[in-house]
Amino acid sequence: MSKGRFGVHGGQYIPETLMNAVIELEEAYEHYKNDPAFNRELAALFQEYAGRPSRLYYAAKMTKDLGGGKIYLKREDLNHTGAHKINNVLGQALLAKKMGKIRLIAETGAGQHGVATATAAALMDMECVVFMGEEDTKRQALNVYRMRLLGAEVIPVKTGTATLKDAVSQAMREWTSRISDTHYCLGSVMGPHPFPTIVRDFQSVISKEIKEQILAEEGRLPDVILACVGGGSNAIGSFYHFLQDKQTRLIGCEAAGRGVDTWETAATIATGRLGIFHGMKSYFCQDADGQIAPVYSISAGLDYPGIGPEHAYLHDIGRAEYVPVTDEEAVQAFEYLARTEGIIPAIESAHALAHAMKIAPAMPPEQIIVITLSGRGDKDCAAIARYRGEDIHE
Amino acid sequence: MSNTGKAFANGKAFIPFITCGDPDLATTAAAVRAAAANGADLIELGIPFSDPTAEGPVIQGANLRALTNGVKTKHIFAFVREIRKEIDIPLVFMTYANVVFSYGAEAFLSACRETGVDGLILPDLPYEEKGEFLPLCHQYGVDLISLIAPTSEHRIAMIAREAEGFLYIVSSLGVTGMRNEITTDLAAIVRAVRQNTDIPCAIGFGISTPEQARKMADIADGAIVGSAIIKLLEKHGKNAPAYIGEFVKNMKDALR
Repeated sequence: MSKGRFGVHGGQYIPETLMNAVIELEEAYEHYKNDPAFNRELAALFQEYAGRPSRLYYAAKMTKDLGGGKIYLKREDLNHTGAHKINNVLGQALLAKKMGKIRLIAETGAGQHGVATATAAALMDMECVVFMGEEDTKRQALNVYRMRLLGAEVIPVKTGTATLKDAVSQAMREWTSRISDTHYCLGSVMGPHPFPTIVRDFQSVISKEIKEQILAEEGRLPDVILACVGGGSNAIGSFYHFLQDKQTRLIGCEAAGRGVDTWETAATIATGRLGIFHGMKSYFCQDADGQIAPVYSISAGLDYPGIGPEHAYLHDIGRAEYVPVTDEEAVQAFEYLARTEGIIPAIESAHALAHAMKIAPAMPPEQIIVITLSGRGDKDCAAIARYRGEDIHE
Repeated sequence: MSNTGKAFANGKAFIPFITCGDPDLATTAAAVRAAAANGADLIELGIPFSDPTAEGPVIQGANLRALTNGVKTKHIFAFVREIRKEIDIPLVFMTYANVVFSYGAEAFLSACRETGVDGLILPDLPYEEKGEFLPLCHQYGVDLISLIAPTSEHRIAMIAREAEGFLYIVSSLGVTGMRNEITTDLAAIVRAVRQNTDIPCAIGFGISTPEQARKMADIADGAIVGSAIIKLLEKHGKNAPAYIGEFVKNMKDALR
């Protein structure tokens, strides 16, 4: 079995043109991940620039209202740029800089990863090009402007479904045409090895902090941790330091779109099967001939036909559970959190909230639920208003 | 010598690429006949994939047209079984790993042998991952064609030593598509290959004119052309086979 495997999943299914680039990346990462100076520099960026550690907020009103388990929100939405994406990007941009790269390219769905990459590029004096599905540039017009404001070039991708998967394909194509000075700053725990491992490691700061914070607050580990899953970077970041704590249930919430019994869904574990795509073996939404399905979710960030290989493995061994959450459920949770706690979550994160709202009432009050709020919802307000029939445009 | 290797027994080889089902399989059959009759030494048959990450816009378009018209892998095997009755030159499939994986690797490769497909090119299956399909390729006598890229450098020896059929030398960085100029030092790459294997080398990516093909043939054993042929299909649709025949003839003449 080749490198970077999680059970049968993972691997490096990419063109020969990119092989030396991922090998070079792996070697650099293996070196710098244990380099005290690199880690000091990254820790300082996390603290001084991104605003870490992010708060673990006790949602007292929500807890009382739902009348069950005690709910904590891991506030990744309070990070600089408004989402967990900055954790990975600061790590990869710093690594790319050490490798002598002068240019970052990235894919983006909701725009959060693109904004984070454009931000890190501005900070570190690097060029930045972001590929974004044309459909998503319309759904997330504000983020397109933010990226341009930060000095990045945004290239709308018109092929296929013109969403996240097409943006990933186009970023990979771009990388094969310009490798020597360019780092592909992949935004999730997917793609060829070593990306799933690198991104997980940089995002694992989330679970490291949750553990410290909950032990300080409650003196015990949480009973359940929930996070939304597209590729799965905030989820793996939230789960990682709890993988050995078998008493803590780990639940990933997938985007069911209009329902897992419809074609308009992006719930990979619920509806996909094993395949090989975008550099990895994992589960993918696909037809009987292995053609990748044109998935759908209201959430541009979860609108992806695959799932990271480590999640596929955690599903196989039963260590984590994966549940589908529909557009309507997510929108209701989005509105609920705004009214109940005065927090507007990203529509992606609202998928995790929605499932928490289903299970919390049945849990005894001494049990603890942690929900990762992967991002803030300002970017989604216009789209949700339109979903509710209000004609708002940015 | 494996069956794909026979393509190189007739001087410098000209290898056209055609996406199956663009715009329909009857046109593909006519295009294959025209190419073979006009001197093609081997034909690469593309099985369309929804997200062909190694392709430029031209071949992406062919994949999309074929899929929109409902072509499925099983139809393509049925098509090969028929065309094999008339065509003797080696036929090689070019597709993506998920198409083979999804069909079931064993079912796919046994169907290759049964219908007369001699080799398989998977641009998203590098050396490190070839174990995914190689044992079954050997079992069913299908050559798994390896690719070497301008960035391969010290990997060339490792890839070349285990290569079978022929080696596909990728001329340039980036994806498939026509290029005005090819700047990679291909002669150096071919020299490095020759130190490690005797199997033939064909150069592909970016070649569209007889002059370019001749230049490539001076360096290697053959030239592969995809996008320029797909352009003819894009432009002429069902009438493309006659133009493809003429194009293949000009290219092969340039290599003689």
